[in-house]
Amino acid sequence: MQQNAPSSEPIVSLRDVQKSFGSLRVLDGVSFAVARGEVLALIGRSGSGKSTALRCIDRFEKVDGGEIVVCGHRVDRPDVNLRALRQDVGIVFQSYNLFPHLTIEQNITLAPCAVKGMASSHAKDLARKVLAQVGLEEKLHAYPEQLSGGQQQRAAIARSLAMQPKVMLFDEVTSALDPELTGEVLKVIEQLAADGMTMVMVTHEMGFAKGIADRIVFMHRGKVHETGPASILTSPTTPELTQFVGTGNLKS
Amino acid sequence: MSLQLDFPAVLERWPSFLAGAALTLELAFFATVLGALLGTVAAVGRGTHNALIAGACKVYVETIRNTPLLVQIFLVYFGLASLGLKYSAFTVAVAALTINVGAYTAEIMRAGFEAIPRGQIEAAEGLALSRLQIYWHIILLPAIEKVYPALTSQFVLLMLASSVCSQISAEELTAVANYIQSDTYRAFETYIIVAVLYVILSLVMRAGFWGLGLLLFPRRRRLGTPL
Ligand SMILES: Nc1ncnc2c1ncn2[C@@H]1O[C@H](COP(=O)(O)OP(=O)(O)O)[C@@H](O)[C@H]1O
Ligand SMILES: [Mg+2]
Repeated sequence: MQQNAPSSEPIVSLRDVQKSFGSLRVLDGVSFAVARGEVLALIGRSGSGKSTALRCIDRFEKVDGGEIVVCGHRVDRPDVNLRALRQDVGIVFQSYNLFPHLTIEQNITLAPCAVKGMASSHAKDLARKVLAQVGLEEKLHAYPEQLSGGQQQRAAIARSLAMQPKVMLFDEVTSALDPELTGEVLKVIEQLAADGMTMVMVTHEMGFAKGIADRIVFMHRGKVHETGPASILTSPTTPELTQFVGTGNLKS
Repeated sequence: MSLQLDFPAVLERWPSFLAGAALTLELAFFATVLGALLGTVAAVGRGTHNALIAGACKVYVETIRNTPLLVQIFLVYFGLASLGLKYSAFTVAVAALTINVGAYTAEIMRAGFEAIPRGQIEAAEGLALSRLQIYWHIILLPAIEKVYPALTSQFVLLMLASSVCSQISAEELTAVANYIQSDTYRAFETYIIVAVLYVILSLVMRAGFWGLGLLLFPRRRRLGTPL
């Protein structure tokens, strides 16, 4: 197996992954690996297959071919233990998806209690801790609709962190936010990266990707078109990436 | 032509009216609780990937929604009797009303389930919650909340429709009324009183559902959003 960090097994690895929706081939032989502590940014035009690739990692989509290994789980196999996989993987979506009928605290404690059997008092301590991590301690007893979009997204990140995942997946988590609210969310992700969290993120924030990502995967028409360190954003080699970063996508 | 009303002659039977009203409320209570459970299970069943279960739930819902309540009551009543099973009129009435309101509840709950955004379920799946946990913690209450007015109206309608249980001589309010009017020859007065009592029962039920709503949906209470 080829991998970037020979020192340890990759946390996430995709090898020649194929995925079609009907006759539309969305992933056409996608391969990449993420080592422990690494931050990988998936970039590319809308419709290039970024979200699908990310969703395959947490098996929200079943692949048609190829191999996906995540924290030792063979995700491409039909007999994968979904609930074990999802305890190791945290995923945050563009639309936050906090549970509206539960307080922020209940949103966070639900899965640790229900899935891991954590005692409620322990889970509440944990909720305080992860909320502090995203700077929202004072919102413990608020309901999601009482929070701004940026705060809701930070709470959603905290909810994921409470499951103590080994890898976090982010799918354009700032795209639904007003520009003045993206900063507070990106800061939280930056801090996570600094703390050594392994992350795969789909993002349109090129300046952010450049600053935080250890590796960039540029997707184009369902393929990994160009990949390398963040510096490829400033000196791309393929015409497609050149055009992509040239069309105003690279703000810093 | 003059209208002569003699309420005192009828009103002196108030203990019977009260007993009838109490029994109607009791019928409605049991049928509501059991029907809510049955209907929710049927709604979940209709949404499963198991074609046999989904089909069975659909046949149940459609059969009930396309036959008269009185016929359903007779089917349960004479069906049990022909099997040699002897149950009280009250039990038969509760069973038939439960089966009836369960089907309508299933349709309403299905609409509630379908109104839950896909993203809510994916977020819950991403947190490793099981199918059952997702229904219980994520889907059920918000679904009920979305259809609560329709659901509670259905249960009030059920209480009113329970008057046909007089046909199998369950001693509910309408049966009591039939008995009193044939006794006193004061039919108009009797049914005026009965109508007033049904209105009061409806109000009692609506007040009950309002209180239950406060308990079930604490967010509404906290944020002051009306149902
Ligand atoms: N569930 C689906 N069913 C059918 N087509 C889909 C589905 N999800 C995504 N697609 C299609 O697959 C392509 C890639 O989508 P996506 O992975 O979301 O791209 P990106 O995230 O890069 O914008 C798009 O053409 C999209 O319309
Ligand atoms: Mg996308």
